[in-house]
Amino acid sequence: MGLTRQSTGRSAVREIFNVAEAGHELVIALAGNPNTGKSTVFNALTGLRQHTGNWPGKTVLRAEGSFRYAGRKYNLIDLPGTYSLYAASSEEEVARDFLCFGNPDATVVVADGTCLERNLNLALQVMEITGKVILCVNLIDEARRKKMHINVRQLSLALGVPVVPTAARGGEGLPELLETIREVALGLVTPQPILVRYPAPVEEAVARLEPKVREITGKRLNARWVALRLLEGDVGLVQAIRRYCEEGCEHQTLQLTPAGTEVTV
Amino acid sequence: MNPGAGVENLLKEAQAITGGQPEVIRDNIVKSIYDASAQLAGATVSYTWGERVDRDRQIDNILTSPLWGFPIMFAVLAVVFWVTISGANYPSAFLSTQLFWLQDRLNELFWALHAPEWLRGVLVMGAYRSLAWVVSVMLPPMAIFFPLFTLLEDAGYLPRVAFNLDRCFKKAGAHGKQALTMCMGFGCNAAGVIACRIIDSPRERLIATLTNNFVPCNGRFPTIIALAGLFAAGSVSVSLGGLLATFCVASLVVFGVAVTLAVSWFLSRTILKGTPSSFTLELPPYRKPQVGQVLVRSILDRTIFVLGRAAVLAAPAGGLVWLMANITLGHSTVLAVAAGYLDPLARLMGLDGFILLAFILGLPANEIVLPILLMSYLAGGAMVEAGSLAELRNLLVVQHGWTWLTGLCTVIFALCHWPCGTTLFTIQREQKNWRWTLLAAVIPAAVGMLICMTVTALARVLHLV
Repeated sequence: MGLTRQSTGRSAVREIFNVAEAGHELVIALAGNPNTGKSTVFNALTGLRQHTGNWPGKTVLRAEGSFRYAGRKYNLIDLPGTYSLYAASSEEEVARDFLCFGNPDATVVVADGTCLERNLNLALQVMEITGKVILCVNLIDEARRKKMHINVRQLSLALGVPVVPTAARGGEGLPELLETIREVALGLVTPQPILVRYPAPVEEAVARLEPKVREITGKRLNARWVALRLLEGDVGLVQAIRRYCEEGCEHQTLQLTPAGTEVTV
Repeated sequence: MNPGAGVENLLKEAQAITGGQPEVIRDNIVKSIYDASAQLAGATVSYTWGERVDRDRQIDNILTSPLWGFPIMFAVLAVVFWVTISGANYPSAFLSTQLFWLQDRLNELFWALHAPEWLRGVLVMGAYRSLAWVVSVMLPPMAIFFPLFTLLEDAGYLPRVAFNLDRCFKKAGAHGKQALTMCMGFGCNAAGVIACRIIDSPRERLIATLTNNFVPCNGRFPTIIALAGLFAAGSVSVSLGGLLATFCVASLVVFGVAVTLAVSWFLSRTILKGTPSSFTLELPPYRKPQVGQVLVRSILDRTIFVLGRAAVLAAPAGGLVWLMANITLGHSTVLAVAAGYLDPLARLMGLDGFILLAFILGLPANEIVLPILLMSYLAGGAMVEAGSLAELRNLLVVQHGWTWLTGLCTVIFALCHWPCGTTLFTIQREQKNWRWTLLAAVIPAAVGMLICMTVTALARVLHLV
């Protein structure tokens, strides 16, 4: 019944999510709102090396692809397009669970440059879960056509994470994106994401709860984020923690094998 | 150590801290994140020329305004139907002339070959004639209506319709996305039922599934348009008739939406209780529709597909009906006997036995209801060459005593009756519970019968017929 690293660590959870971990392969998650060109970025990076299927136990479509860059193999997981991570729909739940328990080496948040404000909501939420975030401001060509100017340097400074402007349809900015992914995934660059500060009562409650969460989950989960969700009364997250972190993990793995068949595109 | 149980204990502690009001915390958190996003975007995004950007927003403010949203929706709907109805007449008449000319040649061929009379009856007067009917009556409206509808979709108007209707669905205790599954139902109810998957809550998905049939699909639209054209256009002058028919069809669709809302409201307060969940609906930017692509796609994907399905079912059904109309049991034909059984109930609903029988025989596909009805009127006795709408009018009104009430009740029943076989099969596959499938057939049928009976009783009491 001992908690070995093998049964509870990263590899077990990745097994649940069905992500192949072959030693030195790096796992990159791709998050973003719907209609931001997330799939275009995904296709541009992975080309034809894609697999599609369903998320384990869900009817949500799941796409995974791989690419090689500078001598390393990267596994790119296309998370479902969502506006938030409040787990209000099965898409949001899948995205949240992967970011929270899948432990990606880097997460690229694809944002629509023409409506940045709306897209930053998700980016800020992702940054609360994982530090290794890259913001990809896509559709920059469309933003230019709408006479918008986005100060990428300032945005990067304000967020504390690398920001890469792209126009994935035309391939603009993709070399920079690849290089940034490499730097963050290999730990050459460590983003220092800003955290949203909440009103005093919330922050006080978090301060009381956070150390206790850290005692239980250790480094595996972001204690501040878990504390915030607990304060919101998020029963679903507690169930998810039970599912992914508890002993008997191997048993769960069997039940959670993917519902859909793997198709090679 | 047991992280799950440990976290569960912390959840209790968190509840103690928030004093059982986690919603307040959630609101605070959401607001803080929104404020942070707004501030970040405000500091980093600048506009060189601000006016053009918000043109979409300005259009949205008009199209989705509480005051103008619904009148504009009705007007757009009316324009689409007006173009369809007035545009379909001429090609319809042309097609029927050609196809019935071919029928005469086929008859001559069979006579020349000395083929048995029953074979000619089944193949030419049954199968071929109902096929000709499906093509000449259904093809023109479909070929006009679908491209128009797809153009609206392509331009980005349909999400605005969903946005407008969201408020109504919320009030009815249903999910706002039901407006989208409803729009899908205009294309095909089976597709609409599958589209209900986008609704996450099982309760709301069931409501959307059970009420999808109240929007007229591909198969029922031409029937409704043909009958509306027939009665509205025939009663007044030609130019005014088109407008009147348009108004009738548009009102009927609005009526269908009203019934959808009413039934949803009823369901969410009786067997499917619960509160509606919220969702995010993104209004995509308006785009200039790709006309060429729309034409090809809607003609290939929808018109040809629907027509093909109708033709495949209509030909055998036509043959079957011809047989039923010509095989006699005692003194009358099988068809007349069956219609006779149904007649008392049908009269109560303002229909006649043949109409109700046509709806029952049309279960495999709604497209063939009108052809079956005409077959059963035509096959038995006088061989009338039913070609254009004027001849159709002559057949129904003069020979079979249709009144405006018969037309109205037929159209209402076409809107509200059991879903077609394909839709029922799809519901069974999606819900995996025969009780819901049965209910999906019973609810619309019961609603349709109730409305028809009420209308008929009212009209008779008030001596309007």
